[in-house]
Amino acid sequence: MLVEMKRTPLYDEHQRLGGRMVDFAGWALPVQYTSITKEHLAVREAVGLFDVSHMGEFFVRGPEALAFLRWATLNDPARLKVGRAQYSMLPNDRGGVVDDIYVYRTGELEYLVVVNAANVAKDWAHLNRLAEGYDAELEDASDAWALMALQGPRAEAALQTLTDTGLSGVRKNATLTLQVAGVPARIARTGYTGEDGFEIFTAPEDAPGVWRALVGAGAAPAGLGARDTLRLEAGFPLYGHELTDATNPRCTPLAWVIKDKPYYGREALEAAACDERLVGMMLERGIPREGYPVLAGGAPVGRVTSGTQSPLLKKGIALGWVRADLAEEGTELVVEVRGRALPARVVRPPFVPLGKK
Amino acid sequence: MNVPADRKYTRSHEWAKQEDGRVVVGISDFAQESLGDVVFVETPEVGREVQAGEAVAVVESVKTASDIYAPVSGKVVEVNEALADEPELVNGDPYGAGWIFKLEPSDPAEMGALLGPDDYTKVIEEES
Repeated sequence: MLVEMKRTPLYDEHQRLGGRMVDFAGWALPVQYTSITKEHLAVREAVGLFDVSHMGEFFVRGPEALAFLRWATLNDPARLKVGRAQYSMLPNDRGGVVDDIYVYRTGELEYLVVVNAANVAKDWAHLNRLAEGYDAELEDASDAWALMALQGPRAEAALQTLTDTGLSGVRKNATLTLQVAGVPARIARTGYTGEDGFEIFTAPEDAPGVWRALVGAGAAPAGLGARDTLRLEAGFPLYGHELTDATNPRCTPLAWVIKDKPYYGREALEAAACDERLVGMMLERGIPREGYPVLAGGAPVGRVTSGTQSPLLKKGIALGWVRADLAEEGTELVVEVRGRALPARVVRPPFVPLGKK
Repeated sequence: MNVPADRKYTRSHEWAKQEDGRVVVGISDFAQESLGDVVFVETPEVGREVQAGEAVAVVESVKTASDIYAPVSGKVVEVNEALADEPELVNGDPYGAGWIFKLEPSDPAEMGALLGPDDYTKVIEEES
């Protein structure tokens, strides 16, 4: 069966740049343009540019937008002033996670929720179900926005060449509207690479021009491959791997997201015991991959959920679930790599120092 | 895509080249290009007897681990030790310095059953 993949507004740019296109959650997106390692290092050392237009965008508006989002999310959007954003999650009623998200307060009574591409339909249905009874209106604006992520220590310098708005005062997790390369845009000082950087929302028809201007300003186009190795080095989870409908965020290093307030599914989330914990693991030898068993004393005690060779450290790094009593930093474990038992050590992510801002 | 005429190929993208009674094995330009940056190559033990089609080596790129199959049956007589320090040779020179292992073939007729360059080119055109 041949299913037509969806194209982002930047599809022609990827083609022109020789991006190797793959299917990601139904979208045709470049896994790489030149080399995952080169694109990865460009982001760590200078600045890279990703097309993340596949991500979903929902607006929540109205007098009870805040009350609704406080109920539907684990972090507390009441802490957000206008122009601020926070990482958060949508809990289900079984102690698991529907999605991990970013919530931006874009107005007095308006919030923007950015969700994972693979979960747009699921999240939309879930949020609409929970919104019943609230004086709040939901809008799926996913097709109305292109989204680019400009990431790396030189991101600010590159973006500053394209706007009159001063960027040095824009703090991490701040969001504002401005002109970029002569078109209206919303930017946020956020990202998924562990580096400083911006995410840039534009109208779909404006995206190619902004993309070309950013590339002209020195940003290296970077694909999904580098996006995955970068987020893994930074220790960030990827929904569908570390986080699922069945994983309890209380048992992960992201437990800080959960704020003490009423929220949907709180009882179930708090009732479940953390028999396993999500940890980082590092190997001196061998490359861990998703699904590889984690052993201790010859017995299975967990599994790798994401793994690669860190392009920066040149060592195998992994995130995975292990038995709770073995989750302590420094614990010596074994990852079974194609039948070979290779030593692994529990480390606290991030695996590399994160960028500053 | 580079497909040298001086060797044979498999549908799983290995190449096999006869050299002084031995068969040198590596992966094609198409294969290295598809895998991306190679960061580790697991070579077989010298002396191991392998059957045609058996997984005998692993090439790991940043993204994934791929089995490398023996194009013909025989005994592993040499592996490319240089790959331990420079796995990227598989990307940079897949048909030369990026070779992976050498076999002493047990049935020289098996070479005849492999794909010639033209047939292999058709295979990769179908996959592209």
